[in-house]
Amino acid sequence: MRRSILRRVFDLSIAHKIPLWGAALILVSTFSVATLLMYRSYGDLRASLIAGSASLGRTLAQTLIPTLLHDNIWRAFELVSAPIHDTIANNPVQPQFILVLTRKMKIFVSSDPNRFPMLTSLRQYGTAYAQLASRIAPDKIASPVVFEAPTSPYLFIAVPIVDGNTRLGTMILMHSLPALNFMFLSSSLSAALFGLLVLAILLPINWYWGYRMATPLLRLTRLMEQIQHEIPQQMELETYDYGDELGRLFSTYNQMVETLQEKAVLEHEMLSSERLAAVGRLTSGIAHEINNPLAGLLTALDTLKHRDNLDQRSQHTLGILERGMLQIKDTVAALLVEARSERRSLQARDLEDIQTLLQGQLQKQQVTLEAELTFTREVAIPAAPVRQILLNLLTNAIQAAGSSGWVKYSASCEASQFRLCVRNTGTPIAEQQLERLFEPFVSYREGGHGLGLWVTYQLVQQLGGHIEATSEDSEVRFLVVLPADEAPIDEVPVDEGTE
Amino acid sequence: MKRLQVSNRRRIVRALGIAPLLLSGSAGLFSTSQATSTPRVLRFGMTPVFLHDEYQLLERWRRYMEVKLGRQVKFVVRDSYRETMDLLRLKQLDFAWICDYPYIYLQPLLKLLLVPLFGGKPSYRSYLIINTNDQKSHKLLDLRGRIFAYADPFSNTGYLVPRYQLKQLGEDPKNFFRKTFFTWSHRKVIEAVASGLAQAGAVDSFVWETLHLQDPELTDRTRIIGRSEEFGAPPLVAHKDTVSIELFQQVQKMLLGMADDPLGRKLLTALGLDGFSIQQPQLYDSVIRMMRVLGEYPIP
Repeated sequence: MRRSILRRVFDLSIAHKIPLWGAALILVSTFSVATLLMYRSYGDLRASLIAGSASLGRTLAQTLIPTLLHDNIWRAFELVSAPIHDTIANNPVQPQFILVLTRKMKIFVSSDPNRFPMLTSLRQYGTAYAQLASRIAPDKIASPVVFEAPTSPYLFIAVPIVDGNTRLGTMILMHSLPALNFMFLSSSLSAALFGLLVLAILLPINWYWGYRMATPLLRLTRLMEQIQHEIPQQMELETYDYGDELGRLFSTYNQMVETLQEKAVLEHEMLSSERLAAVGRLTSGIAHEINNPLAGLLTALDTLKHRDNLDQRSQHTLGILERGMLQIKDTVAALLVEARSERRSLQARDLEDIQTLLQGQLQKQQVTLEAELTFTREVAIPAAPVRQILLNLLTNAIQAAGSSGWVKYSASCEASQFRLCVRNTGTPIAEQQLERLFEPFVSYREGGHGLGLWVTYQLVQQLGGHIEATSEDSEVRFLVVLPADEAPIDEVPVDEGTE
Repeated sequence: MKRLQVSNRRRIVRALGIAPLLLSGSAGLFSTSQATSTPRVLRFGMTPVFLHDEYQLLERWRRYMEVKLGRQVKFVVRDSYRETMDLLRLKQLDFAWICDYPYIYLQPLLKLLLVPLFGGKPSYRSYLIINTNDQKSHKLLDLRGRIFAYADPFSNTGYLVPRYQLKQLGEDPKNFFRKTFFTWSHRKVIEAVASGLAQAGAVDSFVWETLHLQDPELTDRTRIIGRSEEFGAPPLVAHKDTVSIELFQQVQKMLLGMADDPLGRKLLTALGLDGFSIQQPQLYDSVIRMMRVLGEYPIP
């Protein structure tokens, strides 16, 4: 049972545990320090009282010697009354009573004759006094003798009155223990108030500190628990932006989330490119299967057409068949993208003269075209597919830019990377559309057959590069990155897989 | 004022320091050394016969005297009669206010200057006082076996009178009380009885009555259970050898004139006196009578 309660305490949320433990530690340390100090202060108070009293006692005892020798009672009374003032009666440091005893333990004189009349015996005042009398009875006693009895509310400090070697009597200084305790308690009270003040400062600081620590930890815990289901959000580091282990934990977590997000994007991209590759294999397979019989059919049709005895109706039908089959051939040819082998490397003018080809379209659409070509030397990429890629992308861009829009393209070559970028104004492309942009027969434009980007994609793939499309605000951007060797090529490698 | 007093006291203490030497040697040497200063400072001995520890009052009185006499006056205050008596014997005082008992003792050396008037009379009494807590005692004989406070061994009302009364009652003053002690002043007898240190005491009626006006809280803790017959009040005396006739008359006139002078009147009121009067030494015959009874007269 006890164990389970303890267990429950340990299972508490850190948001409660940190302030609770902190508060417990603060309370325990404050109280233990306060207790120790109070214990020490009581000891010090008592010791200084005894030291002060003994010093007073010794001085008085010395002064009292002549009065004892000459039986000068009045003088003795004046001496023992002098240190006692009514105005500071509650001060425990001041003796409450001073007695001067003869060797026979009779009161020679006292500071309060009504309470302790002269000539009375010390023993008659009760057991405590009798015990005291026995303690101080020996001829030689230490100076001072400190005596306390549970039955008496006084602290007795006895100082022998010695002249030469003769013990004349004893002086007893009686201090009120309740007054001593009261003084101690009142000083403890101020110490306690100070302790409470310290607690009043420390506890909120502790609470705030715990809150600062626990809040981001709780948030981290909740976020980590989501990891199984989805990639969680990053932490707001403003809540805890320190360089300690916690701060490092939070920033490491954020890095982890970032990596996870990147990985997810990569996976997504991999997935779509794999899908595209699969579609590519499928289509090229089908295209080949269609192409071979189609070539035979077209040849047979051509032979048939050249017969003379065909009536008009048959000729018409053959015409329909021929047109249909040619359309099939075109479509299949479009699907069956092949980087035709060509030995020539890409040069800047290959891309410059494309503008000339597009003049008609540009004028028709009233679109302006700007080119920025920053590569001057020959790049080891076959020129024809790159021209095809750029032509496809620019045709698309001009169509998308709409009237009075603009299209810009740039090409650069840095560190064995050839970058081709085409940008245009126009309606932004939605996220879902971007995902399926490069699939065949996917067109978001009226009149498009959905094969232009498919072909472009296939060409890029065959050149070992990658293409990405982004859409921001009113600008659509296609970026093609192709690997380029330093040296000019002799023969263009052809991807066997797409054949 | 206080500092002046202290410096005076120091000088006296120094003088006292050599007093025992002079006592054993010749007195003549001392008198010649004193005769060098002119005009001589007038030395007035003050004893606990009145409230002699009211230093501010004494200082005012001293200045008054200096102005009236046109010469320096010094008060020599002593806490026991014995010391003042010694100073008179050594001719270290010109005048003194002493108790009647010392006056009788030193009568051959002294001339009666004036006698103060309390309540218009040149007389006072001895009061027998007990602590107010004691409700059982009503007369001297009730005090057998008690602790008794005397004022001074040379006090009339504070020592001679109670012993005389006991003797008259057929008691031996030496054994009647359980314990006796001296407080060396009437005021302190009252304090001893009030505090409970002593159960009873004998005190000068003048001191008790004056204190009763000044500090009733103290006297209220004591109860008077006996008032003696009247005796000549403590006299102001002049030393026969050190005071000339002219000086004697000058001082007597000055003190008598206090009652007619506004400032003097104020001082007298503060001292608890009505004034001073010229009296004959026979005023103190009753003291001699008591001393005789106790076997202390003639003085050995």
